[in-house]
Amino acid sequence: MDKPKLALYWAASCGGCEIAVLDIQEKILDVANAFDIVFWPVAMDFKYDDVRKMEDKSIDICLFNGAIRNSENEEIAHLLRQKSKVLVAFGSCAYEGGIPGLANLSTKEEMLNFVYKESPSTISNNNGLPQTHYKVNEGEIEIPELYEYVKPLKDVVDVDYYIPGCPPQPEQIWNVIEYILSGKPLPPAGSVLGAGDKTCCDECPRERKEKKIKEFHRPYEIIPNPDECLLDQGIICMGPATRSGCGALCVKANVPCRGCYGAPPNCLDQGAKMISALSSVIDAHSPEEIEQILGTITDAVGTFYRFSLPYSILKRRVVQ
Amino acid sequence: MAFEPKIIGFLCNWCSYSGADLAGVSRIKSAPNVRVIRTMCSGRVDPTFILKAFQLGADGVVVMGCHPGDCHYQEGNYKTMRRIPFLKKLIKDFGIEPERLRLEWVSASEGDRYATVVNEFTEEIRKLGPIKHPSCKVKLEQI
Ligand code: SF4
Ligand code: SF4
Ligand code: FES
Repeated sequence: MDKPKLALYWAASCGGCEIAVLDIQEKILDVANAFDIVFWPVAMDFKYDDVRKMEDKSIDICLFNGAIRNSENEEIAHLLRQKSKVLVAFGSCAYEGGIPGLANLSTKEEMLNFVYKESPSTISNNNGLPQTHYKVNEGEIEIPELYEYVKPLKDVVDVDYYIPGCPPQPEQIWNVIEYILSGKPLPPAGSVLGAGDKTCCDECPRERKEKKIKEFHRPYEIIPNPDECLLDQGIICMGPATRSGCGALCVKANVPCRGCYGAPPNCLDQGAKMISALSSVIDAHSPEEIEQILGTITDAVGTFYRFSLPYSILKRRVVQ
Repeated sequence: MAFEPKIIGFLCNWCSYSGADLAGVSRIKSAPNVRVIRTMCSGRVDPTFILKAFQLGADGVVVMGCHPGDCHYQEGNYKTMRRIPFLKKLIKDFGIEPERLRLEWVSASEGDRYATVVNEFTEEIRKLGPIKHPSCKVKLEQI
């Protein structure tokens, strides 16, 4: 029997998801034995045309990482959807927009102006902005168009499964691959794989007491006690608003959870969940004191939606 | 067609909802723009409900609860007292005017106060105009 065909692709991402796949270490050899890798731009030399020539639905599994940031990302998302039986949004960016999704707090125009004209390290001779078409002697060059906003993969094509994490943890990736290889029936479409169904707090070994917070601190401002809940100590930890699955990696390293596994089941919006959680533990009973304590929180939107802004209820900032 | 603000009002069952009822039975006139949703306590209004209301096209959201100290569940309205200013900051970061969200304490005996709050808020939203956030596309009459 032919080996199942596997494709891996990166759209708007940092490359960390690719490294996470390699981090399954010697098991990568099992993957190479079990699958026929038909497309993996970061590691092997394939061209888009090779994919275009494939039969529809001839790729068994496609692990797609990265958000949809430009027209090339979207074009390849459609192509891989057409060619794949199972399309997996792999990692936070494909699942929820990820770190690139924070760009949704600025407009495209603001970003281009800053990068090409205003940033102190830029010498801009002609105030030029990148163009999508450019004529050279050999013909016309076309480069992808930057979109106004970042979208998660599910906003442009149907997605079968989601594997969260920035990046997904290697053991979790292996669990999913092993499951697929076992030939067991696949979970219902739309499922989140390679993660738990509780919150990061449920995996956290720190001791929790009754929380009464008078002031919030940024992680560098205090040296946290390594055994007590970080939130109890006034450090904003996204644990209560984040899906379990990583084994509370960051908190075990004495830094707060930043929320990369996305919203837990039945939670539509990590920011709303954090506001709810923090409002229960702020120790104040008058509007003035509440205002003062809230003032100690820096960059709420960037902290609560660090990985999930394009997936959240409101998705982006607008300029009125 | 002239703009008519669509406002969602989350009213606590024990105080504000009775206050609204009193306004009705006392025949005090108030703007018809608020679609009332009764909740068991203002503390039951999850921040998700409020973001969702805006996403579904509400031009304004008002949460009404028992006066501080009067909540039937002791602490519920203190949570609300923290959530609403927190949410105002958040929606501002999304480019939605914080004035579109309002918190008011209305007791069961304050029918007139209910009407005043509703009338004032409706006028304030009328001045702000329709919500302009592109994620807030669905219009309320479609649901
Ligand atoms: S808030 Fe953070 S530190 Fe506290 S229990 Fe949850 S994950 Fe652990
Ligand atoms: S602790 Fe939070 S930020 Fe860190 S890996 Fe786990 S889910 Fe991601
Ligand atoms: S019961 Fe009215 S605000 Fe809690």
